[in-house]
Amino acid sequence: MTELPTLIAATLAVPLTGALLIAACHRRPNLRETVTLLTALVLFLCVGALLQPVLDGARPTLHWIEVLPGLPLAFQVEPLGMLFALIASGLWIVNSLYSIGYMRGNDESHQTRFYVCFALALAGAVGIAFAANAFTLFIFYEVLTLVTYPLVTHHGTPEARRGGRIYLGVLLGTSTVLLLPALVFTWHVAGTTDFVAGGILAGKLSPLPCAGLLALYMFGIGKAALMPVHRWLPAAMVAPTPVSALLHAVAVVKAGVFSVVKVIVYIFGVDVLTVGAGADGLLIVAGFTILAASIVALRADNLKRRLAYSTVSQLSYVVMAAAVLAPLSMIGAIVHIAAHALGKITLFFAAGAIYTAAHKTEVSELDGIGRRMPWTMGAFAVGALSMIGLPPAAGFVSKWYMLAGAMAVSQWTAVVVIIASTLLNAGYFLPIIYRAFFRAPATTSHGHAHGEAPLPMVAALTLTAAATVLLFFLPDVPMALAQQVLQR
Amino acid sequence: MGVAAHLPALQVVVPLVAAPLTVLFRGRRIAFAIVLLACWAAFAIAVALWLQVNQGGTISYHIGSWPPPWGIEYRVDRLSSYMLVLVTGMGAVVLPYSWPSVERELPRERQYLFYTMFALCLTGLLGIAITGDAFNIFVFLEISSLSTYVLIALGRDRRALLAAYQYLIMGTIGATFIVIGIGLLYLQTGTLNLVDMGQRLHAISGHRPVLAALAFLTVGLSLKLALFPLHQWLPNAYAYAPSAVAAFLAATATKVALYALLRFYYSVFGESAVFQRLPMEELMLVLALGGMFVAATVACFQTNLKRLFAYSSVAQIGYIVLGLSFDSLTGLTGTIVHLANHAVTKGGIFLLLGGVAVSMGGVTLTQVQGLGRTMPLTSFGIVVGGLSLIGVPGTAGFVSKWYLILAALEAGQWWLVFLIVLSSMISVVYVWRFVEAAYFRAPPAGVSGVREAPLSMLLPAGLLVAATVYFGLETSITLGAASEAAAAMLGAGR
Repeated sequence: MTELPTLIAATLAVPLTGALLIAACHRRPNLRETVTLLTALVLFLCVGALLQPVLDGARPTLHWIEVLPGLPLAFQVEPLGMLFALIASGLWIVNSLYSIGYMRGNDESHQTRFYVCFALALAGAVGIAFAANAFTLFIFYEVLTLVTYPLVTHHGTPEARRGGRIYLGVLLGTSTVLLLPALVFTWHVAGTTDFVAGGILAGKLSPLPCAGLLALYMFGIGKAALMPVHRWLPAAMVAPTPVSALLHAVAVVKAGVFSVVKVIVYIFGVDVLTVGAGADGLLIVAGFTILAASIVALRADNLKRRLAYSTVSQLSYVVMAAAVLAPLSMIGAIVHIAAHALGKITLFFAAGAIYTAAHKTEVSELDGIGRRMPWTMGAFAVGALSMIGLPPAAGFVSKWYMLAGAMAVSQWTAVVVIIASTLLNAGYFLPIIYRAFFRAPATTSHGHAHGEAPLPMVAALTLTAAATVLLFFLPDVPMALAQQVLQR
Repeated sequence: MGVAAHLPALQVVVPLVAAPLTVLFRGRRIAFAIVLLACWAAFAIAVALWLQVNQGGTISYHIGSWPPPWGIEYRVDRLSSYMLVLVTGMGAVVLPYSWPSVERELPRERQYLFYTMFALCLTGLLGIAITGDAFNIFVFLEISSLSTYVLIALGRDRRALLAAYQYLIMGTIGATFIVIGIGLLYLQTGTLNLVDMGQRLHAISGHRPVLAALAFLTVGLSLKLALFPLHQWLPNAYAYAPSAVAAFLAATATKVALYALLRFYYSVFGESAVFQRLPMEELMLVLALGGMFVAATVACFQTNLKRLFAYSSVAQIGYIVLGLSFDSLTGLTGTIVHLANHAVTKGGIFLLLGGVAVSMGGVTLTQVQGLGRTMPLTSFGIVVGGLSLIGVPGTAGFVSKWYLILAALEAGQWWLVFLIVLSSMISVVYVWRFVEAAYFRAPPAGVSGVREAPLSMLLPAGLLVAATVYFGLETSITLGAASEAAAAMLGAGR
């Protein structure tokens, strides 16, 4: 199979080429959007072509250049990265469709820059997904931060600038101040930063420095939004909604939790972490984040802010489930990366659709909106069910595995946190659905007549909602990939 | 025995001869042509020497065939050939740029003088890097300093005169300290040849005059390399000198002074004397940290971008000296590689700022508002340079930072690791002041029809920006040379 490494190169080259072409089509919007869609489609096909070989056990590898002695820029496709790349590239297609509706519907400026940065961000995400060592991952991690900055500050208003400062300050700050020393230390101790099944630190560190290193990694990966380094995520909500949807529900935040899982499984190794207090500490921090973020979400009236804090909380599910260190909960963590991505992108799509059609941003304004926008709010309901973890939505599957894993190792803290947060999730999502469908529309002066959002947007959110349900019935691919992560 | 054997002499002689030739002709075009030729020839010679050293080891060239220690020896080892390539390379890039820049900034009748002084400055810097003779170092240092004073004074802004005067005073004090240090060493050893001096010092390294010499040399050279808190002359000099001068100085002058410091520390005193008899490690560490934090913080409050990046230079010199203070192979490698990485980065930034000064009439933060729209290539280049100053992976600055952190870890000093990364967060602040001005503000009123700087200015600057990224990804050239040079220096001292 000589063409597999070429395929890896293609997954990086396609979005980059796409970005160039989009920039070149600057004056012809229709062509530009066609290029975006085509690029997304080709990228998804390239990533998809890697799926079957990976399921069959192949681990295609691509070596580029040796940046520092012993630290090459290298890529390797393994099951976890495969899953992340599939989600990111697949949802990019849907998101591009949605973006076209949103950007045109809201008459946004700088649309070319928007699409270019999006393509670059996807290149960054794929680079993270397929990185063969922590060094390569770090490089693309920083690239992703920098290319999403223009998207966050897209509107150029003082508010956007402030949001951008927090975004950049927290993400660059954590990665530079904590993640970089962690990385150098790993290299200093282990002589490599390669992702190896079983970890590279076994027998090289005593428990205390090991716990310290884990803390550096976990808080250093700011994109995973553990408290107290979560502030960038609500700040990033000043961005146009498609950005919040794909980047701050899927690509960027999933890059964070993906890196967390990857570091735990392939750098430390589960066995190393069972000794010492590092994993327990992580579990408590993640558990606290889950509950605290849910409580903040409960009190947030701005819809996107509520969704952002819900994301903070849901991301920590992944971190906590990984910290439980039980095989079943690890499967739960990995499947949750996929489940939450589908559910949350649906919710953000719905929020953007409401904004475009009705110009409403607050939860308290949503009375009766379900009657005017049945498709949007229907999809919203599906996404909300998935967040709460109710069937028939994908969130149920991952939560089930997380609970089962925590119970299997008698990790009762995690069990209590999951149950409590399920109640909280219900507490902040169900009222929205209730308002939308069962309350009479407000008859205030600004309540003008409107129907559904533009067709591309409705199509996109219906698709993702359907996928959320589909993943409940057919979780085969993520499950198979998750099991492969554990096997090797 | 052909020309090849005399390359070490030619390295200095070629630019030295170019200087009086320009005065003979006095035409700005012909002066430019002569010095351009000399610069490129010097670059070719430096590369040739570098290759020779890589293959055959250290070259010892005896001026007038007088063998050392009686005659003057030119000694090209790994570190000096590295510096020669760096200095001539920057000269070869900056000089083509200076034609359009000088044309706009200087009165016509004085333009030939710029080229004269540029050639002399280059001569001095190359001489310091190549010579194996202590007094020769002082002479070349004076040649480069005197020509630099003139170059700075050529600036269009009247404050350039004051800046040149300030530098003249400080530089002269520095030179005095250096010559006193060399004099003390000469008194103690009876020789001026660096290698010979180093061997003789072994026996008497504890003598008080030797330690005094070390102190004098350290202070004098620290002044020249703008080590915090002796950096006062630098911001004004960079801000008011002609743009091409600022770029060339930022990329080379302080770096060569640091080279001289390394040369004295490792080749003459031997690290044992430097780092054990006196608390030099601690001293250098504290001063380096002072630069990294104080100067970087001051940079955040500047409104003139040239001053902002000048203070950033002082902070970056802190990084360079920090690597030295570890007294380890990794640390010294970090120092030497950052010499080149920072030279390329800062050289590129100052060249781009020169273009901004031409188009917008100045480089204050108000004048660069909306630059992302009016001069997209220039402002993108400055952002890339800024990212390298921060040390974002994929840029040259990251490589240096990696080595400094690794050196701190090897020394087991975690607190230092965090200070290094924290200080790079300060650079995010000052770089982002530019980003926000350039990309989030509308161009100042009354500015219309502003376009990119001419291609002849953009091209050399773009070359350096590209090099910033290239050396961040493909490090075998810079890092390979740096680690070999560091190993050779440490080997000589042990």
